[in-house]
Amino acid sequence: MTIQKPYDDIPGTIIFDSQQAAKGYHLNQFCISLRLAPNRDAFKADPENYIDQFPMTSDQRHAALNQDWNRLLELGGNIYYTSKLAAYHGINFQELAGLMTGKGSTAYREMMISGGRSIEGNRYQSEWDDK
Amino acid sequence: MAYISSGVACSHVPALGVASDSGISNDDYYGPIFKGFEFSKDWMAKEKPDVIFLVYNDHCTAFDARVIPTFALGCAAEYAPADEGWGPRPVPTVNGHRDLSAHIAQSLVLDSFDITIMNEMEVDHGLTVPLTMMFGQPEQWPCPVVPLAVNVVQYPAPLGSRCYALGKSIRKAIESFPENLKVCVFGTGGMSHQLQHQRAGLINSAWDERFMNLLVNEPEKGSQIEHIEYMREAGSEGIELVMWYVMRGALNDKVNEIHRFYHVPASNTAVGHLILENN
Ligand SMILES: [Fe+2]
Repeated sequence: MTIQKPYDDIPGTIIFDSQQAAKGYHLNQFCISLRLAPNRDAFKADPENYIDQFPMTSDQRHAALNQDWNRLLELGGNIYYTSKLAAYHGINFQELAGLMTGKGSTAYREMMISGGRSIEGNRYQSEWDDK
Repeated sequence: MAYISSGVACSHVPALGVASDSGISNDDYYGPIFKGFEFSKDWMAKEKPDVIFLVYNDHCTAFDARVIPTFALGCAAEYAPADEGWGPRPVPTVNGHRDLSAHIAQSLVLDSFDITIMNEMEVDHGLTVPLTMMFGQPEQWPCPVVPLAVNVVQYPAPLGSRCYALGKSIRKAIESFPENLKVCVFGTGGMSHQLQHQRAGLINSAWDERFMNLLVNEPEKGSQIEHIEYMREAGSEGIELVMWYVMRGALNDKVNEIHRFYHVPASNTAVGHLILENN
């Protein structure tokens, strides 16, 4: 069953709604566990064993262990959770955005300094499909 | 009796906390932003509120996915800065005001706002960054804070109109508290920004300006802005701006705009800031 949502046509955006949250529950709980230093140490010591405490899907597990940032969002992750996993890897919010947009840190930072991504051409999926 | 004297709207970008804590708030990148708050620090030193009522959101820090309250009122004696994955910010513990919190909690529920009560809560950058921007780096925060955490992470956040009505209810609660306290209300978060996926980095300055104009001068109308508009026009994380309407609802219908500051960028985000006084 697919429910049509008014925000489905915003391009390059995964709205973290109740369905996504349900799908990503264990993934997000894994990510937030890394907020605390003892858990970061345990994950570092044995990543596979640590992550197996969280009954996520194999796709989620794979994306988490391979730092597949956009995929994590598609599979029910939320940016404020995945940013905790990023922080574990020493990646801050802006560097993470550089990765998710495919621009890389330098080009992304330059885009932000020159005013950010324009809203023009970025409101609707159809505007991206045309490109 | 307690009363509300003023309101502050302020982005709470985590990078601004990092800049302050690591001593780079004067560099070429952050300097212009902190300069925009110099007026605000002077104003705050004169305003001297007895209590700050601070509306913010937790960014999956104190609240994990197990419990997601839409409105959670802090009723604790103190709130420690939380470890968000990089170690806690080296800023003072935030003191609460338990009597005022308890009074507001009771008053809100009796006024049909069924809020969640938090007797223990750590606070993240959403709460501490606005304090840094308004007070700098004091040894202790100059006054107690009553925090209200709003869910803006899992869709749907509360409606702008509901936040605005909650602000009015908070005002009633504060004005019925018997102690003579001067209260300043903070609405934090925003402005336009998207942190996630391929559209990350979205900024919409024209929309931000219109948002601030409506908030100040036509709040009733502005509070009707729908979620889809926030998400499409101001980015998926721009939805945080509904929290500014809690602050606005707590003020008079007509207010004096004392200060406005807007800057792009701080990290991924447009920084917006307003000081409003009840006239
Ligand atoms: Fe925020």
